[in-house]
Amino acid sequence: MTGFSALLARDLRLVWRRPGDVMVVLAFFVVATVLFPLGIGPETNLLARIAAGILWCAALFAALLSLERLFAADYEDGALDLLLLAPWPLELAALAKCLAHWIVTGLPLALLAPLMGLLFGLSGEALWAVAATLLVGTPALSLIGGLAAALTLGARRGGALLALLALPLCVPTLIFGAGAVEAVAIGEGFLTHLAILGALALLSLATLPWAIAAALRQAGE
Amino acid sequence: MTELEVTGLSCRRGGRPVVRNISFTLARGELLALTGRNGSGKTTLLRALALLVTADEGAIRWQGTDIRHDRDGWRRQIAWLGHLDGLKGDLSVRENLANACHLRETPAIRVDEALAAFDLTPLAKRAARTLSAGQRRRAALARVAAADAPLWLLDEPLNALDSPSQAALRTVLGDHLAAGGLAIAATHAPIDVPNARVLELA
Repeated sequence: MTGFSALLARDLRLVWRRPGDVMVVLAFFVVATVLFPLGIGPETNLLARIAAGILWCAALFAALLSLERLFAADYEDGALDLLLLAPWPLELAALAKCLAHWIVTGLPLALLAPLMGLLFGLSGEALWAVAATLLVGTPALSLIGGLAAALTLGARRGGALLALLALPLCVPTLIFGAGAVEAVAIGEGFLTHLAILGALALLSLATLPWAIAAALRQAGE
Repeated sequence: MTELEVTGLSCRRGGRPVVRNISFTLARGELLALTGRNGSGKTTLLRALALLVTADEGAIRWQGTDIRHDRDGWRRQIAWLGHLDGLKGDLSVRENLANACHLRETPAIRVDEALAAFDLTPLAKRAARTLSAGQRRRAALARVAAADAPLWLLDEPLNALDSPSQAALRTVLGDHLAAGGLAIAATHAPIDVPNARVLELA
């Protein structure tokens, strides 16, 4: 077994042992999305128009909610030292941790979002657009959030600092993710937006593991 | 035969020099006990040896080669016990040991042997978070023994151990040294094994 798959399997097993942590995140997503119709009122046209933005923002906040513990747990129990001492690149370890995070938050959020979209009166292609953009866009959120989580290791009020660091960096992903449904509404199709989201995710994949590894080494000193 | 050679090692902690100009050599079958007051730099020296802290000056050579030339190769040579146990609370003791082996890409063939050596076989299926501090320490020591590395770096290995467990540690450590292993341990209490040398840090 390679170190990468061992770390991925370990993190997934840890989540499996405590499913409540993931359930809280998904429940937050559902509750946060449901609050908007209650606050704005039952105007179907307005709700359908802003639905994608709401779903994307709620997914972003839900993902951030679970990111605080991504490296903090390993930092507190000393397992981070074992990762730093593993005889394979720490960049791969950073990637394995972010991949595990995406599998247990990004992926279920992308599957759950179309169901919530139904509540907002989205239909057909718009629902597909929500699911597809979240599926392609959330890996970037996991990586950006992973960097923020690594940078705030050991800091007091790390959670608030993490959000302040990560949210501005997530803006491009948010704009193209929410914009895809807008594009569907005016009949343009969402493939362009999807391609840009894919490019953003690949850009994150090509750069952020190195930044996360550097931040983790700094935290280990 | 000298395997490890440290010359003129100096490191800082929070901008303050804590390890100053340390030199020593360590041969197969030898244990080096690092002693000294609290804050004398024992942990920092161990972390510098593990490349967790960057040394300001000095060189660490393993079999004649500077360890910074092949960091991953060096990491394969060491097994680490920090002052934190490095156990995942939601995994069982055996899963913790097996996973630690997989993370260092060594086969987990010595796990059961290591569990037995520290009298952990009855606890092997218990979640690590249900263990007492001493039991956790034993599990962490078993992780070191299962890692199958020539050089053990141990930070306060006797912490929280009762006297039977301390005896178990002496036996395991003795076997490791007798098989040609090396160990460096930061400690306050003397570790009673043959071929132990003491380096007092000021």
